[in-house]
Amino acid sequence: MLNTVKEGWTTFKSIFTGMGVTMRHLFGPSVTLQYPDEKMELPKGARAKLYVNIDDCIGCNLCARACPVNCIDIETVAATSDVDLGKTSTGNPKRFWLTRFNIDMAKCMYCDLCVYPCPTDCIYMVPEYEYSEFDRSGLVYHFSNLKPEMVAEVKEKAEKEAAEKKRQKEEMMRKKAEEKKRKELEKQKLEANKSIKEDDSSSKPENNDS
Amino acid sequence: MIEGFINNLPMITILVHAAIPLTIILVYALVAIWGERKIAGFIQDRLGPMRVGGWHGWAQSIADLLKLIQKEDILPKDASRFLFRFAPFMMFAASYAAFAVIPFSSSYIGSNINIGVFYLLAVTSVLTLSVIMAGWASNNKWSLLGGMRSAAQMVSYEVPTIATVLTVIVVSGSLNLMTVTEMQSGNDILGFLPNWFIFQNPFLIVAFIIFFISILAESHRVPFDLPESESELVAGYQTEYSGMRWAMFMLAEYADMLLLSLLGAVLFFGGWNSPFGEFMGGPAWGFFWFMLKGLLLVFVMMWIRWTLPRYRVDQLMHICWSILIPLSFINLVLVALWEVIFN
Repeated sequence: MLNTVKEGWTTFKSIFTGMGVTMRHLFGPSVTLQYPDEKMELPKGARAKLYVNIDDCIGCNLCARACPVNCIDIETVAATSDVDLGKTSTGNPKRFWLTRFNIDMAKCMYCDLCVYPCPTDCIYMVPEYEYSEFDRSGLVYHFSNLKPEMVAEVKEKAEKEAAEKKRQKEEMMRKKAEEKKRKELEKQKLEANKSIKEDDSSSKPENNDS
Repeated sequence: MIEGFINNLPMITILVHAAIPLTIILVYALVAIWGERKIAGFIQDRLGPMRVGGWHGWAQSIADLLKLIQKEDILPKDASRFLFRFAPFMMFAASYAAFAVIPFSSSYIGSNINIGVFYLLAVTSVLTLSVIMAGWASNNKWSLLGGMRSAAQMVSYEVPTIATVLTVIVVSGSLNLMTVTEMQSGNDILGFLPNWFIFQNPFLIVAFIIFFISILAESHRVPFDLPESESELVAGYQTEYSGMRWAMFMLAEYADMLLLSLLGAVLFFGGWNSPFGEFMGGPAWGFFWFMLKGLLLVFVMMWIRWTLPRYRVDQLMHICWSILIPLSFINLVLVALWEVIFN
């Protein structure tokens, strides 16, 4: 009997304690974030999505080499001598046209390893995480801002210049070779002359003899 | 006034008369389901439904109802077809029928009969039958287990409910709920407290606590929600139901909750009487006060639901048979003695 009363007392006490707690929470503030309307600010250094500031990129390929999963795909074309691509905001001269700079975020594993090698700090993570796609190819981000016809033009130009350079180089080589030949010839001639002279001097007495 | 109408246009008046509680139940169910989700959210530091309808998701229940209407009406292959289809409607009919004797306001009561409380308790016992019917007809072991548990629970808890109702009847001397309410008019206790039964007699406070615990069990609310315990029996007798048939169960459950809360308000809290005596009295205010008291009890039920865990079956039976029933009968005797001595 006494036990039952005691038990009943503890039961009611614990029930009212619990109800007090829930009542406090009933009027307490809610922790819910109305997600699409309001968003949580990501912490500093959050790795959510890669971004490339293509104006600062010098096409050095260091990020692509650092990537453990090969999700960065870069193609560069050397700038021809008639154009000046200017300098990056960090002062590095740009020497390449970036004809392709693709990052496949489906492959990316968010290791952040590509960020540190960049000499101009132009590849970095941005706090944007709403980029789901219906197709995996939609996750490949194209950062190059060159138009396709521009790419073709630049390539053609670069090829021409390369060919020109090659031709010039060959010409130089040929010239050099010719020079060498000529010099050698001259040398030979000289040597021949010398020998003639020597012959002369040696034959003189012979001649004199004869 | 109402008598006159009935004499003139019998059928229409009776229909209108009968439709009033139905309207109240339906509106209440929409609000209460939304309210319960909101309360659950707030208690768990969430917000609950927020998007449907603009302001704090007020149209959530309507959207849910539209969804349920579109759902397929699934009938299990080996189910007992007639009983399976009939059970949800019988359950709602039982709850709805009991509203006939609830005095919503001083000028409106569905049926002013002299055996009101008796009728109410008799009709609500059909709920047990419909729950077993649903569980049996589903031909599913979890459903049957849920139905059996429910039957055991409701039959057991009907005893303390009736015993506590009886204590009030001992004080009031009438089974007519309108008369019971009228007896509680006025503010005479200690000069300012309303003449509600809960203030009239200290043993009636104990009676109310027992009554409240029993109605929690009768309307299958936590911590006594064993018939539909989701984690153990999937959903008990509701497992095989879908769409509107399931919605009927839900509606009946909420209607039952309201019914028993309103019964508690009539028996212990003065029904439609204003707590300020004549001030804010009258039929319209009476309806307001009555619903307020009922909904307050419903709120406490929801509050308890999101606070307490569920009891085990043996604990449930232990509470009923070895604590509540003896206590309620002792209490009945004490109330009777109090009445004999002081009145």
